[in-house]
Amino acid sequence: MGKWSWGFLFLAFAFASSIAAERNPRTERISGSAGDVLEDDPVGRLKVYVYELPSKYNKKILQKDPRCLSHMFAAEIYMHRFLLSSPVRTLNPEEADWFYTPIYATCDLTPTGLPLPFKSPRMVRSAIQLVSSSWPYWNRTEGADHFFVVPHDFGACFHYQEEKAIKRGILPILQRATLVQTFGQRNHVCLNDGSITIPPYAPPQKMQARKIPLNTPRSIFVYFRGLFYDVNNDPEGGYYARGARAAVWENFKNNPLFDISTEHPTTYYEDMQRAVFCLCPLGWAPWSPRLVEAVVFGCIPVIIADDIVLPFADAIPWEEIGVFVAEEDVHKLDTILTSIPPEVILRKQRLLANPSMKRAMLFPQPALPGDAFHQILNGLARKLPHQKSIYLKPSEKILNWTAGPVGDLKPW
Amino acid sequence: MKLSALHQSYLSRRSNSFRSSGPLDSSSDGGYKSPAAVFWIILHCLCCLISLVLGFRFSRLVFFLLFSTSSSNLYTPPFRSAVELAKTLDVHSVLSTNSVANNFRLPFPNKTASNSRVVVGRHGIRIRPWPHPDPVEVMKAHRILERVQKEQRLQFGVKDPRTIIAVTPTYVRTFQALHLTGVMHSLMVVPYDLVWIVVEAGGVSNETASLIEKSGLKTIHVGINQRMPNSWDERHKLESIMRLHALRIVREKKLDGIVMFADDSNMHSMELFDEIQNVKWFGAVSVGILATSANIDESSDRKEEEENPRMPIQGPACNASNMLAGWHTFNTLPFAGKSAVNIDDRLTVLPRKLEWSGFVLNSRLLWKDGEDKPDWIKDIDMLDGDVESPLGLITDPSVVEPLGSCGRQVLLWWLRVEARADSKFPPRWIIDPPLDITVPSKRTPWPDTPPELPVKEKPEMGIQEPIVKHTTKTRTSRSKHRSKRKHETRTDTQVSTKHSEQN
Repeated sequence: MGKWSWGFLFLAFAFASSIAAERNPRTERISGSAGDVLEDDPVGRLKVYVYELPSKYNKKILQKDPRCLSHMFAAEIYMHRFLLSSPVRTLNPEEADWFYTPIYATCDLTPTGLPLPFKSPRMVRSAIQLVSSSWPYWNRTEGADHFFVVPHDFGACFHYQEEKAIKRGILPILQRATLVQTFGQRNHVCLNDGSITIPPYAPPQKMQARKIPLNTPRSIFVYFRGLFYDVNNDPEGGYYARGARAAVWENFKNNPLFDISTEHPTTYYEDMQRAVFCLCPLGWAPWSPRLVEAVVFGCIPVIIADDIVLPFADAIPWEEIGVFVAEEDVHKLDTILTSIPPEVILRKQRLLANPSMKRAMLFPQPALPGDAFHQILNGLARKLPHQKSIYLKPSEKILNWTAGPVGDLKPW
Repeated sequence: MKLSALHQSYLSRRSNSFRSSGPLDSSSDGGYKSPAAVFWIILHCLCCLISLVLGFRFSRLVFFLLFSTSSSNLYTPPFRSAVELAKTLDVHSVLSTNSVANNFRLPFPNKTASNSRVVVGRHGIRIRPWPHPDPVEVMKAHRILERVQKEQRLQFGVKDPRTIIAVTPTYVRTFQALHLTGVMHSLMVVPYDLVWIVVEAGGVSNETASLIEKSGLKTIHVGINQRMPNSWDERHKLESIMRLHALRIVREKKLDGIVMFADDSNMHSMELFDEIQNVKWFGAVSVGILATSANIDESSDRKEEEENPRMPIQGPACNASNMLAGWHTFNTLPFAGKSAVNIDDRLTVLPRKLEWSGFVLNSRLLWKDGEDKPDWIKDIDMLDGDVESPLGLITDPSVVEPLGSCGRQVLLWWLRVEARADSKFPPRWIIDPPLDITVPSKRTPWPDTPPELPVKEKPEMGIQEPIVKHTTKTRTSRSKHRSKRKHETRTDTQVSTKHSEQN
């Protein structure tokens, strides 16, 4: 009799607490196709060995141009720094699951701050030659248990123009390695199966400093600031963004619900926090830091990029968080957005309000649990254990070291 | 911001290599070109020359006519791959009709080469035939915004908001429509539940009732049988009695919420209603007093003005630890002898020491049998005479809670502007029959002009004006103004006497 009454009390308590938890939730748990993995801790699940490359591959490049620390490709530098002091790092390469080669390939900047990718293939090639000759681990698997951070426009295709990038394809010696890149588009040469897509770097302190009180009512329906036509490179339109941004402008410039323009307001971050939807259309490449900004500021991202693969797509259920609009449906964007039921919109806002979602998009220094660095490590951990087939027999060779354009073969 | 500046300059740098695909690109095509490439280059040059001659890109047109797969409602149809081929020099590498990318992949046996819709190259810009907002969708969007904002209020705003009970004493007079409409609009926008108690001097009238029913709020309209007296002192007394009457109604009906005093000539900010939700039992807010008048500017010393140019504020005063330390009241000394006594005086109207509108109270204080009613509240049935301010309702003034960051925020403004006692206005502000009433009023400030110029002559005057020479134009316009004044009902204020003479 005593046991029954205890059991009953316990059930009643559990019931009551679950009811109390349900009332007016502000955030919702995020579970993607990989499960509730945003809060997983990678420590103890994998070991990473960081190759000690001469500083001409990393530190000297950074010294030449410290702007690399704040542009949107800065993830490669911060990842290196994070790994150097992380508990997953091991100094014994025999027990490592993954090998990291710190090359800052995206740090050759023009005077205006844009990275030139022309020397990157040679740099990567020379680094890998060094790695394969100084350590036996590359030749063991021909790089299948190595990972590289390549945050440039089209990833390891190392070009900013899509046609040229497609023509080059992924650098042949990186074909077996895992690439951690910002670019993601399905059925595209520059995205290998098994690559990990990451968000571009956005400065966390800057965004944190510009937060406004949460009870400021969201009064802008759709918000976008950026180019619609790239008059320097594509004056007629139709090339840039596959015509999608121009279509947004032409169809909605007269619509008061759409706060879109090419201005650079100083209140850009504050305005995003006052908007319900933030457009994230493709530009010359499908990814953009707007997605990170929208997630951090709680504005529902409207993604207009066909076949795009968004960051951490197996851990974050982007379909439930953002709104995907096909490029051919852009002219119906207002119909699409106004026909979303309010409950769905509120649910998306609740998912966005989840702090683990915001943390997963950022690269804070020092690293915090659940941030993008940890999500990358989680992604790498999910690929373990390595299949036996990646280990090659001693004389077996799969990669063609002389493939690719002739210019790539020159030493760096 | 920084991003798009980066992007723009990135692309401007791109333009050099985009157009020329030569010197910067180290991975050149090599010296050897296939015959197909040569053929396409020649075709391209030919097209360029012809376009130069014609003045537009005719090749686009040709290919459009030959190859387009357009649907009818498109502005410029998307050109599929055959068209882009003519544009780019790397033509021989981009050949497939549907999936561009698949030609380059190293074969992965598991992957089905699915048809990607994404094609690199020039696409059309789809513009729908009527690129303007659809009103139904705009309404839907506004409803979405309302719902989102409601959710925001629920999550981040005041928890468990209480009903607001607004008490307004009023009476029928010329300025009633002006003042009452202002208060009504403020109350209509308040996002919380609201009960509006309107107490009218001189009994319930249709005039006030017709104004109030437009609000759509829950109203309680009562009247008391005394008429509003003419002297300001007595008016204040009667208003206090009216407010006590309203408090009795709150007690009788056991209304639950926060009682605030919305005098009809005050101006309220929306933050006031958010702030008073924080009151526990009895709170006070700061009231800005707009009691200036033209006379003050003239007669007072310049020096004095410069010393004290700030607007006087009534409200709670706090010490350094944010506890109530005293009260800021209105300083009547500068106005000694110069304040209005009767309603017709053209002098400053002074507020009382502490105005009722600066106080809010929990309605449970007024109930006969409150559960945890504090003991410092007096029973309002026992009060009979004039209660000058709500502090007269409590025994211990130190229990008052200062609101609005301890009185530092001014959340409402007090002003008394009234017309002369004998001023008339059309009932319900409907002019019926039109403009035939001439009502002479006594003691007009301008010299009496003979009552001429009935309505019919007005259009003649209007026609005359362009013919009349410039020198006489002013005179006709002035008398036109005068005649207008005679025909329309006059409303003049004691404040703007100077301005009225200037027309």
